[in-house]
Amino acid sequence: MPSATTQSTRREAFGSRNVFILSAIGSAVGLGNIWRFPYVAYEGGGGAFLIPYLCALLTAGIPLLFFDYAIGHRFRGSSPLAFRRMHRAAEPLGWWQVLICVVIATYYAVIIAWAAMYTWFSAQISWGAGNENDFFFTDFLQMGDVKHGISTTFVPQVGYPLIAVWVVVVIIMALGVKRGIGRANVVLMPLLTVMFAALVVQSLFLPGAVDGLNAFFTPNWKALADPGVWASAYGHIFFSLSVAFGIMVTYSSYLKRKTDLTGSGLVVAFANSGFEILAGIGVFAALGFMAQAQGTDVAHTATAGIGLAFVAFPTIVSQATGGSIIGVLFFGALVFAGITSLISVLEVVVAALQDKLGWGRVRTTLVVSIPVALISIAMFSTTTALAVLDTTDAFINAFGIMAVALVAVILVAWILHRLPVLRDHLNRRSSFTVGWFWMLLVGALAPVVLGYLFVSEIIAKIDAPYGGYPGWFLSIFGWGMVISLVVLAILLSLLPWSRRSRAKDDPEYDDFLVEEAYAPDAETGAVRIPDAAGRADATMKGVRS
Amino acid sequence: MTPLAVVMMIIAMVTVWGGLVAGVINLARHPEVAEAEPEPPAEL
Repeated sequence: MPSATTQSTRREAFGSRNVFILSAIGSAVGLGNIWRFPYVAYEGGGGAFLIPYLCALLTAGIPLLFFDYAIGHRFRGSSPLAFRRMHRAAEPLGWWQVLICVVIATYYAVIIAWAAMYTWFSAQISWGAGNENDFFFTDFLQMGDVKHGISTTFVPQVGYPLIAVWVVVVIIMALGVKRGIGRANVVLMPLLTVMFAALVVQSLFLPGAVDGLNAFFTPNWKALADPGVWASAYGHIFFSLSVAFGIMVTYSSYLKRKTDLTGSGLVVAFANSGFEILAGIGVFAALGFMAQAQGTDVAHTATAGIGLAFVAFPTIVSQATGGSIIGVLFFGALVFAGITSLISVLEVVVAALQDKLGWGRVRTTLVVSIPVALISIAMFSTTTALAVLDTTDAFINAFGIMAVALVAVILVAWILHRLPVLRDHLNRRSSFTVGWFWMLLVGALAPVVLGYLFVSEIIAKIDAPYGGYPGWFLSIFGWGMVISLVVLAILLSLLPWSRRSRAKDDPEYDDFLVEEAYAPDAETGAVRIPDAAGRADATMKGVRS
Repeated sequence: MTPLAVVMMIIAMVTVWGGLVAGVINLARHPEVAEAEPEPPAEL
């Protein structure tokens, strides 16, 4: 049995295909499904939004999900190693994704900490009816102004729960893919589904719920003529499925060799959307109630993000009969959805370092997670946390996730010409086969849509300072941060891989290449003969670097 | 709810949840094949 600090000889793996599917759904279903989708759909034409949404799901979301699965499963590595094995020049893409995940993990954790505190507050309506807005910004966050600089004042009611979130997450990560990540998802995902279903049922019985559903589902067909609505559908699907920033590459590298990749991907994609529809119904039923209670219409109460979760929902909790139950279910769901997504984001980083250094699970987890946790606690338990979070999130989405996806599809499709390789790999083991149409969607439609979204983001963020924050602040936490990730990614790919790393020593990958009759890897050493009748010719072609 | 909103709600549920059910049925028809791979390692 391998010790805690040495390289285990075999790559970790999910216990079964179903555990992988649950974990991939756990990653895809996050805060965005609950607090972003309902408002995006409402703004984008209500019921009519279903058309651009389904188009985006079928023509971009699912094809890119297959793209990620194919890369991770074919090259069997964390994103830097998988891209390196595809082509040496593609390695910076992998590190870029790793660094994006580091940034996301730091702020994602604090939202989970807020939601955990609000689960507790909901039980006793601690904010005091009518005081929801001030309670969140002033009493809870003790929000300060970034104009006076970045604060170092520790806010204990945020800081201690944040530390607790990190302790829980580090324990899950340290237990490994099968016993930690797999088991956490097997427990949390069914629990999340049951809690959310209960929340939806309870919201539907609130007075005014019907008005909310009317607002949510009544189609505004004119919206379909607006290119902005189509762009927001593609943008939403893209973020919702957590494609193209390393998570799905990493998770699929833990799948067994013969797994049905596309069949699993379809279940993950539709489960994610199914959850969003459920969230839309629950959230708008509750907003309908709030509108009726305040004597206004749903258009005035509809909101998204932090405002929806931490101001509108507490208001609903104060006003509804049985509101505490709604609050506990809602914030508890946010906590569980957040944790299953956070562990997937962190796994990108842990897996990359494990491959790079050849270290064991516990050692890598501690070396990776503790610094990330310390940065997270330093930046997000102070009075300027919300401004830093808001800016970092907006910039990393546009110039991190979206940019790396754009570069990845162009590089893989047009420069390295690897789409046929990925297509064949998918088709050799999957129930749902893909062909030229899939390559067209990934190679042509995805770059066009992502390019359009990327350029419009650049224009919007240059036109006006984001969120009205000061210039120095945006240059550090916005532009500076996203540019430094690219520079760091290139520097990281220049670091040599040691002889103990998986790039140089991975007998399992060599066996896989022989079994699949793929060309041997240039770096992993001579291919070993899997059995006595082994294919000797493949062995001969092995190149020891 | 207005009839139009009800119709759109039903279409949304049928397409998305129907897609999920179809995906699950497809996967159930293609069960995981037992592999000649050795057991994954004890992870620590």
